[in-house]
Amino acid sequence: MADENMHCVSYFAFPDDGEYRFICILADDQTHQLCLMGHRDQGPFLSLTADNPAFHVFEREIYERTGILPEEHPWLKPLRFSVDRQNSHKGMDHYPFFNIAGDELHEVGVGPVHAGIIEPGHFRFICHGEKVLHLEIQLGYQHRGIERMMESSRGGLSHALLAESIAGDSVIGHASTHAAVIETLSGSRLSASLSIERAVALELERIAMHTGDSAALCADVAYQLGQVVYESLRTIIINTTQRWCGNRFGKGLVRPHGTWFPLNEDLGRIICNNLDAVMERLLPMVDRLFTLPSVVSRFDGTGAVSRSQMLAVGAVGMAARSAGLKRDIRWSHPSMPWKETAFQPVVLETGDVMARAMLRKIETEQSVSLIRHWIDQIKEQAGAIEQPDYQRTLLPDALAVQLTEGWRGEICHVAITDKHGKIMCYKIIDPSFHNWMALALAVRMQEISDFPVCNKSFNLSYCGHDL
Amino acid sequence: MIKEINILGKHGWQYIPDLEDVTLPETFRGRPVISDAITNEEAVRLKECCPVYAIETSPVFSIHLGKCLFCGECSHVCPDRIRFTNDFRMAVTREEHLVIKAGSAEPVYPDVLAIRPEIRRLFRHSLKLRQVSAGGDNSTEMELNAAGNVNFDMGRFGISFVAAPRHADGIVLTGPVTANMAHALRMTWEAIAEPKILVLAGTDAISGGLFLKNTAIDRSFLSSIKPDLYLPGNPVHPLTVIHGLTALMGVRIRGGIPRK
Repeated sequence: MADENMHCVSYFAFPDDGEYRFICILADDQTHQLCLMGHRDQGPFLSLTADNPAFHVFEREIYERTGILPEEHPWLKPLRFSVDRQNSHKGMDHYPFFNIAGDELHEVGVGPVHAGIIEPGHFRFICHGEKVLHLEIQLGYQHRGIERMMESSRGGLSHALLAESIAGDSVIGHASTHAAVIETLSGSRLSASLSIERAVALELERIAMHTGDSAALCADVAYQLGQVVYESLRTIIINTTQRWCGNRFGKGLVRPHGTWFPLNEDLGRIICNNLDAVMERLLPMVDRLFTLPSVVSRFDGTGAVSRSQMLAVGAVGMAARSAGLKRDIRWSHPSMPWKETAFQPVVLETGDVMARAMLRKIETEQSVSLIRHWIDQIKEQAGAIEQPDYQRTLLPDALAVQLTEGWRGEICHVAITDKHGKIMCYKIIDPSFHNWMALALAVRMQEISDFPVCNKSFNLSYCGHDL
Repeated sequence: MIKEINILGKHGWQYIPDLEDVTLPETFRGRPVISDAITNEEAVRLKECCPVYAIETSPVFSIHLGKCLFCGECSHVCPDRIRFTNDFRMAVTREEHLVIKAGSAEPVYPDVLAIRPEIRRLFRHSLKLRQVSAGGDNSTEMELNAAGNVNFDMGRFGISFVAAPRHADGIVLTGPVTANMAHALRMTWEAIAEPKILVLAGTDAISGGLFLKNTAIDRSFLSSIKPDLYLPGNPVHPLTVIHGLTALMGVRIRGGIPRK
């Protein structure tokens, strides 16, 4: 458990034959393998959180849904007040916030409805003057019961549509992870052209979100030129996705076994041309942004999370990479076509807002060159692309895991079928699930006025957490 | 300074001068057009393929824009019967106008008679809105943000989103309304002074979408309050937002700010 190359990607319990089955999946970055463990249990189990805080959310979720007690859990609080919770007599208003006694301290409560156009969540700060001593984040407002719907609704197309709405900023990430799980369970292999198409879409999503987040970071430090330039560049990128599949967020593009919108040479040319236009304007902008004293002084050293803290809370994705933790599924557990590119993740050291802003810049450049590389390959693959298929039967008594490195971090979907080939358990882990605690750590000992820029530098998903 | 001038030079003019004069790409899935030559067999097949029950076969074949997720699947099942056009003008003020019937190629317009007179009297020059996301997946939220960005520049019509319900003239609701957000939504609504408007943005908000029959959803708020505007889409396009809100206010969007 103390091995820093191992981290938990999914850990859950589900009812089966009057008992609960526990499944825990660890990823090993060194050997590039996944380690899956499982057991059946009904009674309390010993919590791992005290030794490895990264397990705290997973164990809290298990407790909330099954009522099985993780003994000696140091932070056993409700996770999201899900509709299938055991403590159904309690609701959103009963969250037990941590508090500190002291005449000089005050609390600041923010949300669930926020000042801007953003998803709901409640933030409770304990402050000494302007300084934040502690932040506790209460989530669950966005809980739509998606995981349970994945097990019960009409299947096929409706599952693909549900996957697209897990987090609207990671449509491609979640939809392609879901499609891969379904394809694995149907025993089929993805064609090279389809895997390239999904990879191009995923990297486009990364570029769009990194650019949009850069705009928001500029807005939070009152740098208006940066905000409007990044904003308009994001428009070009998502309009490219719209030109491709009719939707600015990529809804409709990824479907199991095939696609309605094959990536042909013409589209490839449009994508490359638009990326050229974006980069031409982006490069002078980043050059200015990262040398402008008024911006640098707000980014530098703000919201720093150390490598050991990121490791302890089990952070993933770009937040982890910003603090020296080399965690990137495209490198550690790559699927096609990343496997062939000898991909190396960007890793920075300081773990502050500056590092997360800089990471976005470098990853954008990296994604642009990946897309160009893949689009060059399209010409060589003239084979027809398959159409979607929602009717294929799934293997009985099977388990499929898929990991995808979305723009925010690793997305993990696990599906388990029963003896009739029907999905009996579907587990989704969005990177936000791992990372919310890292944001709470980032604002400790910071001025409360720096919270917006810290928050934006992580840009975590509420609905992706609340599922 | 030289660097800024260089950046601004490349940035150029980004706003769309005339928002009426925008053509979205052919791939965009906006207002559908349904052929009236649909056979009974096709109608049944189309109805079955729709996971959100947006398709009705009687009395006439129709698609409900407030239920439709614009996934386009029905247009792939019968490509010569259903076509999603690139027309983003889908905002309506009456729920029954969300239903697109077979054989109708007419554009959709908000019904002026359904707009309360005080809305146009009070909000014509300035409309300040509070956004409440209640289970929205963050795509419609991002599109509402984009409506105010440097390209679409909704602020030119006096429309903006504000940071407190006390400053607001109404709510733009996104998401199917989760049970866990139902209370906060009601409190936000009650904190806004009369007269106030309710706008439903996106399929999830209008009908509940995929989540309609889910017990994690609580739409009781909408049983007591009648929405003033419906903005279909999944997510709703910024142009649909601006088209709908300006129509509600009675503002012509043609022209905008003239280019120098």
